[in-house]
Amino acid sequence: MPVSITLTVNGRPAALTVEPNTLLVDAIRQHLSLTGTHVGCDTSQCGACVVHLDGVSVKSCTTLAVQADGRNVTTIEGLAAPDGTLHPMQAAFKEHHGLQCGFCTPGMVMSAVDLARVNPNATPEEIRHWLEGNICRCTGYHNIVKAVESGLQAMKTGAAAQAAE
Amino acid sequence: MSKSTGIGASVKRVEDYRFLTGRGRYTDDMTRPGQCHAYIVRSPHAHARILSIDTAATLAAPGVLTVLTGADMVADNIGSLPCGWLIHSRDGTPMKEPKHLPIAADKVRHVGDQVAVVIAETLQQAKDAAELLDIDYEELPAVVSPGSVETAGTAVHDEAPDNVCYDWIWGDKDKTDAAFAQAAHVTTLDLVNTRLVPNAMEPRAAVGEYDPGMDEYTLTTTSQNPQLIRLLLCGFTMGLPEHKVRVVAPDVGGGFGSKIYHYAEEVIVVYAARRLKRPVKWTAERSESFLSDAHGRDHLTHVELAMDPDGLFLGMRVKTTANMGAYLSTFSSCIPTILYATLLSGQYKTPAIHAEVKAVFTNTVPVDAYRGAGRPEACYLIERIVDVAARELGIDRAELRRRNFIPPEMMPYDTPVGLQYDSGNFARNLEDALALIDYDGFPARRAESATRGKRRGIGFASYIEACGIAPSNVAGALGARAGLYDSAEVRFHPTGSVSVMVGVHSHGQGHETTFAQIVSERLGVPMEKIEIVHGDSAKTPFGMGTYGSRSLAVGGMAMMKAIDKVIAKSKKIAAHLLEASAEDIEQDGGVFRVAGTDRSVDIAAIAGAAYVPHNYPLDELEPGLDEQAFYDPKNFTFPNGTQICEVEVDPETGVVKIVRFAAVDDFGRVINPMIVEGQVHGGLVQGIGQALLEHAIYDEDSGQLLTGSFMDYAMPRADDVPDFEVKTNEVLCTTNALGVKGCGEAGTIGGAACVMNAVCDALDIGHMDMPASPERVWRVLRDSRPAMAAE
Repeated sequence: MPVSITLTVNGRPAALTVEPNTLLVDAIRQHLSLTGTHVGCDTSQCGACVVHLDGVSVKSCTTLAVQADGRNVTTIEGLAAPDGTLHPMQAAFKEHHGLQCGFCTPGMVMSAVDLARVNPNATPEEIRHWLEGNICRCTGYHNIVKAVESGLQAMKTGAAAQAAE
Repeated sequence: MSKSTGIGASVKRVEDYRFLTGRGRYTDDMTRPGQCHAYIVRSPHAHARILSIDTAATLAAPGVLTVLTGADMVADNIGSLPCGWLIHSRDGTPMKEPKHLPIAADKVRHVGDQVAVVIAETLQQAKDAAELLDIDYEELPAVVSPGSVETAGTAVHDEAPDNVCYDWIWGDKDKTDAAFAQAAHVTTLDLVNTRLVPNAMEPRAAVGEYDPGMDEYTLTTTSQNPQLIRLLLCGFTMGLPEHKVRVVAPDVGGGFGSKIYHYAEEVIVVYAARRLKRPVKWTAERSESFLSDAHGRDHLTHVELAMDPDGLFLGMRVKTTANMGAYLSTFSSCIPTILYATLLSGQYKTPAIHAEVKAVFTNTVPVDAYRGAGRPEACYLIERIVDVAARELGIDRAELRRRNFIPPEMMPYDTPVGLQYDSGNFARNLEDALALIDYDGFPARRAESATRGKRRGIGFASYIEACGIAPSNVAGALGARAGLYDSAEVRFHPTGSVSVMVGVHSHGQGHETTFAQIVSERLGVPMEKIEIVHGDSAKTPFGMGTYGSRSLAVGGMAMMKAIDKVIAKSKKIAAHLLEASAEDIEQDGGVFRVAGTDRSVDIAAIAGAAYVPHNYPLDELEPGLDEQAFYDPKNFTFPNGTQICEVEVDPETGVVKIVRFAAVDDFGRVINPMIVEGQVHGGLVQGIGQALLEHAIYDEDSGQLLTGSFMDYAMPRADDVPDFEVKTNEVLCTTNALGVKGCGEAGTIGGAACVMNAVCDALDIGHMDMPASPERVWRVLRDSRPAMAAE
């Protein structure tokens, strides 16, 4: 029995009709055609599907679309500024070569952004621990850790500048 | 000061913006009008005869469009998936090459083998309908362990009753036997190079399209080499004319070898699209990838090293059994032979080497190239036995390596296994790596670890690899069934921007940046006016794709040749515009000048003149500035280096932690240091993964893959691996004009050996097999302390 849900996706309202067992990632990729969120496994291990639900990172492959009813979803497409300026975490991944094939990248970046909420002063060791649920097969993580460290710093600086305004 | 642009600069990647903003376009992101979905029914048995398939209930299910079986493919003359390299056994007979139909027609030969395809309006409908398929199997005993295939009592293929694909030898046996006869010391070692699952993060996917009006096909696929897939699809499996087939590999989420091959699913979606006259899409689920992507490694090896009293290597003997799995994947046959035995000299002047390789069929997923492909297997046995020999002889492991290195003054060096190394300074890489890791400080660090109850070990791997397999005629004589050149087209547009179409493919390597850096420097065009186009057979010239760290050494050189043609033509155009002789024109980047004068014209103006040829030597030159080149290398390239790592083992838990890691590599000329370092990091972590975590395990009786998901197959996570100290020593390759050697696989080639050498050092043992998981390490420690175990 299909279910109607309404949610806000990247700041815009969306009304969807989904099956009760439709996964959030399928709603995002297939119903909303936002293909930046990826599916890399079927056991909730890889983290390529991480999005934010009300500002908190979740694996959208292990979340039902109906659980997002009435809530705010942010995907990788919603992270950069409307004019295309990269979010500080996205910019840090580019600056520090924190991506190669790009497949794990959206989930990696969304997880890293959420770390700023939980532990904005994370040490490299804490960053590695936080990213335990995101698998990258290309980079060896070295540059991802550098990128996240730098991205967290840039987010703090940005937040401080906003507060001063 | 470091450069900010051109060759040698750490230019930030041009491809990053789309990946960082979710605008990458991977195969599964494509949705075609009228698209339907294929679900592949796979064998639950390792070995079984298909007695019948009843499709009636499936065909009657909602949304189902068709069910395809092997019988349909046989009736429509769909061909076997071919193997691209012919190996001959020692008795001169060709390897056994059984058919490999895209959907099994008589028997299934591994868990995951394709049995039927259900195509429906939605994927869910296809899956639900597949549950209704009634397949009657007669189960057969399975051949699982590669070590006992000849006595298994059952044959994977009737053509190979003993399950041996080939029994191949390489090197000079008499000379090697003579070396062993005069040896002062012989070290022997038995080792397993574990089976691995490559696991690129993007699961494979394919979309087939057929246009009945034009009788044209398009295959979009997760491939490292779309042109090669088109060749195999047209020439072997589908039997189509190439001009009617377009193969596109858009953004591809990692490959590591596993996306080189022509897979059954590519045939299935194209075939189904023709039958249904609708686009057909298939995307692997991860557990399906485990059962259908080619696996890697899986060798059993016995190795012997003969030495004189000073530890100088006199000879080496290697006997390897290589598991091919159930079928010969596209390049499987050349991996444990041409890409393995030819590297057994390593960095050492071992004068005599002999190898015997027996390739066997088992009821397991096919095995083919995985990052490094044969060369990590060679490096692992060499670097392991060198360590064991040093331990037996009581010689420092760095010193034993030093004594046996081929010195730079012996370059070019002909190895006893058929290669000619052009260049390299192996001792310098070792010394630099020793300095980076602070080798002299190791005893103090070991003592400090001991105060915390930890056992610290240090390990080396001095690797060499062969990249850019070539030349084509030599490869052909060794059994290659394809050319090994590559191609590029450099097309100036009338207003001065440049498109470069290349035959190689980028799926993480950053070609769109590094190739553009070369164009920018050589032609003086700013990066933002250059586009590197790859991955579409309709756009690029015919090239062989990306694998074996060949893209720059082969594809980049093709581009250099095309650039040279552009420059040669530009000089003639400049001579006309400047009213000078072409011989007097000097080129520096984008500026063409009459030598010794200030009269010059830039390349944008030359391109403009070429496309608007009003003031142009039309009687001598064609209009336009668009040049294509093919390049067939004179030799392999030989990246080399030394990796050193330090581990700390917790004897209570068996947990191995990598605490320091240094790598010094000679990749020849480095185009983009940032990207090269990233390749080293990633490669090393795949090597570490094999050493400490990864292991594809089959149940010996049932042939079921026990490690069939990310829950069961342990891949490195961020908190499993260290930071790396990396450095490059540029010794320019002498056999190509760019001086490049290749960097994509190096980390993986030495990585596993390096870590295992450190683990064995920490445990104070000669050898243990990979992976050094906590349980296995704990058992080694327990068994090496009988007194404690008896307590």
